[in-house]
Amino acid sequence: MMDLDQIEKDLLKQVANIDGIPEGAYNFRVNGKSIGKNSTANIDVKPKTEKSGLDIEIKPGTKNEAVHIPVILSKSGHKEAVYNDFHIGDNSEVTIVAGCGIYNCGAKSSIHDGIHVFHIGKNCKVKYIEKHYGTGPSAGKILNPTTELYLDENSYVELELEQIAGVDSTNRLTKAELKKNAKINIVEKLLTHGRQVAKSNIEVDLNGENSTADIVSRSVARDISKQDFKLHITGKTVCRGHSECDAIITDDAKVMATPSLDAQSLDAELIHEAAIGKIAGTEINKLMTLGLTKKEAEAKIINGFLK
Amino acid sequence: MLELKNIKFKIKDGDKTRQILDDVSFKFKSGELVVLTGPNGSGKSTLAEIIMGLKTPDEGQIILDGEDITKKSITERAKLGISYAFQQPVCFKGITVNDLLEDPEVLKTVGLEKSEYLDREVNKTLSGGELKRIEIASVLARDSKVMIFDEPEAGIDIWSLDNLIQVFKKLHTENKDKIIIIISHQKPIMDIADRMVILEKGKL
Repeated sequence: MMDLDQIEKDLLKQVANIDGIPEGAYNFRVNGKSIGKNSTANIDVKPKTEKSGLDIEIKPGTKNEAVHIPVILSKSGHKEAVYNDFHIGDNSEVTIVAGCGIYNCGAKSSIHDGIHVFHIGKNCKVKYIEKHYGTGPSAGKILNPTTELYLDENSYVELELEQIAGVDSTNRLTKAELKKNAKINIVEKLLTHGRQVAKSNIEVDLNGENSTADIVSRSVARDISKQDFKLHITGKTVCRGHSECDAIITDDAKVMATPSLDAQSLDAELIHEAAIGKIAGTEINKLMTLGLTKKEAEAKIINGFLK
Repeated sequence: MLELKNIKFKIKDGDKTRQILDDVSFKFKSGELVVLTGPNGSGKSTLAEIIMGLKTPDEGQIILDGEDITKKSITERAKLGISYAFQQPVCFKGITVNDLLEDPEVLKTVGLEKSEYLDREVNKTLSGGELKRIEIASVLARDSKVMIFDEPEAGIDIWSLDNLIQVFKKLHTENKDKIIIIISHQKPIMDIADRMVILEKGKL
């Protein structure tokens, strides 16, 4: 295992679900420096020369391989913008695990802006998992991820984007452009508490015939936290887009969801669903009849909702 | 034994108040299956909800095995051994069938395959009949002293009323210490009752 202290190891476990060095390609970035990097025969992980970040080249036909690129910030006041570009060759099937964990115990803000751009070849299957988590006594844990995806024909991408807890401010941008028969499933889960603020903007362009997008946003806002969602799907041809924005608010939290659909073709089928509200009393009552206290019932519903 | 003593409950209906339960007293003995029936709006579900603690009576007492539970919360009553299958099953977001069942094996009892249902979310992707059977299972799984089923036959779909009656019969024969209260209008369910109670205009 690389030289990590317990806090860093815990963050790594939270954001990438790994206890040690994973199999396959990886790059571990801690406080702005790579502390471990590995390429495989099919996946080349190269540091950028002109700016901070990586170029990750995945050879055509790569199957069942994974890339882990977790980021840890444990030094208070560390600020960085990291640019990771993925070039995924045709007919590849890969899983990419990113994510960032911040521990802040100092007076200054720690900021990670992760800009990930995916160029995905034809007939690929890609799963991208990104978890964000903050801990430590101080505020100022800031994460601003940008994820851009360009899907070539017949490719399928599954995105699991999750902000578990502890992130004081986030401004998220997720953009995708799809060619013919490409398909994207985006699931974003966000939890804010205390005075935290979260903005998330998801934009999908269905440019190719029979391209499909399914976007699900589930969020919980507690205490006096605020969330602002914008989900936009553009359908330029025969295509199907569905987005669903579902939020639970508790205490004095506020959530704003602004869905928009832009059908530029008669054959674009676009649907949006949105619901924001407190936990229904009947849901709490049912769990209480099974022996849970009100607090336990609320926790179970929230955990289930974000599971 | 579960005893209801002089239970009164009224609701506001516009400017007026409406007496839903009017001095209801009844003793449910351990080991008996009681069917509670009566016209729509007669207060049957309200009575069940008052026993479970979902509603608070304006007057009266609820005594379970000698203990006054009138002021106890839903949770406390659940822990003391009262269970209630809602007439309208509750839908959730993110809660799975497994989350609602203390013993997943009971799914078989209500004619559902464990492997197929355990990880399903309890929401509208399940049919009304499936939701109803899961609701019934959530009570069967708790193995409580007092089990209340509110119109369990409503919307049971292809899984027939006969199967449901067999479930209640078995539950009754195998558990001589439990109180089973079923709210129903169905004659075949009334036929398996030890006692029938008719509630009309808030009175027994």
